[in-house]
Formats: sequence, structure tokens, C-alpha cells
Amino acid sequence: MATGELTSSAYIKHHLQNLTYGKFPDGHWGFAENAIEAKEMGFMAFHVDTLGFSFVLGAVFLFLFAKAAKRASIDAPSGFQNFVESIIDFIDDNVRGSFKGQNPMVAPLALTTFIWIVLMNTMDLVPVDWLPVLAQKIGGLFGADPHHVYLKVVPTTDPNMTFGMSIGIFLLILFYSVKEKGLGGFVGELTLHPFGKWMLPANLFLEGVNLLAKPVSLALRLFGNMYAGEMIFILCALLPFWIQWSLSLPWAIFHILIVLLQAFIFMTLVIVYMDMAHQKEH
Amino acid sequence: MNINLTLVGETIMFAMFVWFCMKFIWPPLVEAMAARKKSIEDGLQAAERGKEEHAQAQKNAEELLASTKNQAADIIANADKQANVMIDNAKGTASVEADKIKVHAKSELDQEIVKARNELKGQVSTLVMQGVNSVLEKEVDAKMHKDMLSKLSKSL
Repeated sequence: MATGELTSSAYIKHHLQNLTYGKFPDGHWGFAENAIEAKEMGFMAFHVDTLGFSFVLGAVFLFLFAKAAKRASIDAPSGFQNFVESIIDFIDDNVRGSFKGQNPMVAPLALTTFIWIVLMNTMDLVPVDWLPVLAQKIGGLFGADPHHVYLKVVPTTDPNMTFGMSIGIFLLILFYSVKEKGLGGFVGELTLHPFGKWMLPANLFLEGVNLLAKPVSLALRLFGNMYAGEMIFILCALLPFWIQWSLSLPWAIFHILIVLLQAFIFMTLVIVYMDMAHQKEH
Repeated sequence: MNINLTLVGETIMFAMFVWFCMKFIWPPLVEAMAARKKSIEDGLQAAERGKEEHAQAQKNAEELLASTKNQAADIIANADKQANVMIDNAKGTASVEADKIKVHAKSELDQEIVKARNELKGQVSTLVMQGVNSVLEKEVDAKMHKDMLSKLSKSL
């Protein structure tokens, strides 16, 4: 526990609140001091922590990989290049296995998705109090009330993050469906299956649900898993400090699996959805 | 848990990251990997070819060596044969020469003998004549008995 005066419930709530910068109901922009203020901001707000961490992690990924790509040596690959290449190989195998179309964008898309999510999920393994308390100290230096400095470290526990990605995927699905099948083909796919043209409303309903379920399930699966994992870490942190490890360590070890597995599932589904978008015959 | 502009921000960020990855990361790495794969394949093929060439060269060398050995043996055999022939020839010539010399010597010897004998005959007949002269002095006319004496000396 950060401080003795906090109740368990306040501690948990504090950990689950994003650092929100947005437009107050009276029109001025600023940081929300508590959950209620953040809620009042409505849509016109940013989760600074989610955006910041996801940007930094994505930039780290791109920077390291771009460095490896720039120095890519044919004869004498360095250790890091080997590591990067093994990942590329892994992604490439997956894409070749599931994606039958021709699109040079799918493999980089899968790579970005996988590594970015792995890095963001890995933030879950940083002990839950380190970064938030650090942020409170820094916030205190800048004159903010430490109790009102919120920080949610794991971007994938923010549905904005997971939906943000899945909406990107959804737009790609729509774009390539229309591009590959033509508008008529895509509409036909939505309306003429599975029951034939006389059952058009039923078809549209079923296929529409099918289509919308893709981004929703993508986003919610990742969000749900990571949120639950984060929650368990927070609950572990409620124990006295000398016994916390007995629960948080086993969970952290198990969580390594979830971190990779969720990223892998997300990537695989992205590839499969892109493949479906590219299939001309239904 | 609020849905807000973060959603839009993340979508834009995601699109930018994917674009960057597609532009600057994926192609060079995949190309490097493909190039390495090709160079390894080429290297293996070259090694295989080199091995084959080496085996072929070794075979050629062995064949050459074997044929050279045969040639050398032939040459030695020929030389032996020729030497024998030469020795035989030399032997033949030498014996013929020796025979010739022998025959020559013999004939010379024979002539010498005949000559000596004739001389001896002459001397004997002269001696006989002298002896007879001295014995018979007057009774024997040298001229009359000369024919008889020369017949006698011939029959010796």
C-alpha cells in the first residue's frame, strides 16, 4: 500500500484511474483530479498515461528494429539482428500459414501488432506501485496533490488502447474487403449469405454481427485479460509487503505466458481477418 | 474506463507505427535474410561443385600416374631388350672377327710352314748333294743327277 491512510478500495480505484487531460464541463482544459471529474469530461479527454506509454513503447520497438534493419548484415549478423530476424521469421511463418492473399502490408502489420502488444503487456510485470508512486513524487515536485496524480502503466488495460487498435484493424478489413471484392461483392457477402437472397434481413443481421464481432472481440479479449491480470497484481499488493511475493511472483511468472499468448492471439486473428478480407469467393 | 479521444489517438498512432514498420523495418530485414539464404545456398552448391571437381582431379591424377608408370616400365623393358640385342650383336661381331683373325693367322702360319719346308727341302737337297759329292766326287756328275736329286727333294 502506498500510504497507510488509504483504504483498500481507494487504493484499487486509484490504481485503475487513468491520468486524464481533457475539457472540463466549464470549457477549460486541464488534468482531472479524480474519477468523477474524468467522467464529466466525456469524450473530449486524453488518457495521457496510455498515450504516453504506448507511444514510448512503440517508439522503442520501431527504433530498435529500424536500427537492426539499417545495419542488416548479410554475412555477419550481430546478436540483436539475429534476435530480430528470429522474430521476423516467426511472424513470416505465421503470415504465410494463414494469409493466402498478396499484400505486402500484412506481415509488417502483424509484426507491429505483436511486438507492440508484447511490450505494452510486459509493463504489467513492472511492480504495480513503482511507476505510479514515482509519478506521484514527480507530480508533487510540480505542485500537484500526489493523491490526484494518477498513472495506469499498462496501456492494454485501457479499452481506449485495445479498441483503438481493433478499430484500425476494422478499417483495414473494410478497406481491403471493398478493394479486393468490390463494393458489390462485399455487400453481397454481407446480404446474400448464408440463407440466400430471400432472407436478406436475416443475412445482413448475421453477417453484420459477424463483422462487428471481429474488432469487438479483438479489443475486449486483450483488454479483459490484461485488466484481470493487472487487477490480481493490485490485489497481491494489498498484502503486507513481506508476503506479497508469495502471490505476485507466481502470478508474474504465469503472466509472462499471458503477455505473449494474448499478443500472439491478437496477431493471429489480425492475420486471419485480413485473409478473410482478401478472399474473393465466399 | 472512459472511452474518449485516446481511442482516436491510439488508432492514429497504430496506423503510423504500422506504416513506419512497413516502410523502414520489414523490407530491409526480409531482403537481408533472403540474400543471406541465397548466399548460403550458393556457397553450399559451390562447395559441392568443388568437391566434385576435386574428386575428378584426383581421378585424373591417378590415371595419369598409372599410365606414366606403365610407360616407364615399357621404356625400361625396351631399354633392356635393346641392350641385350646390342650385347648379342657385339658378341657376334667379336666372334666373327676373332674367327677371321684366327683364319688369317692360320693361313699365314701355313704359308710360313710351307715356306720353311721348301727352304728346308732346298737346303736338304743341297746338303745331300754336297754329301753325295763329297762321297762320290768323281763318279757322280752333278749335272746328270741333278734331276734325280730335285725329284728326291720334292718327295721329301
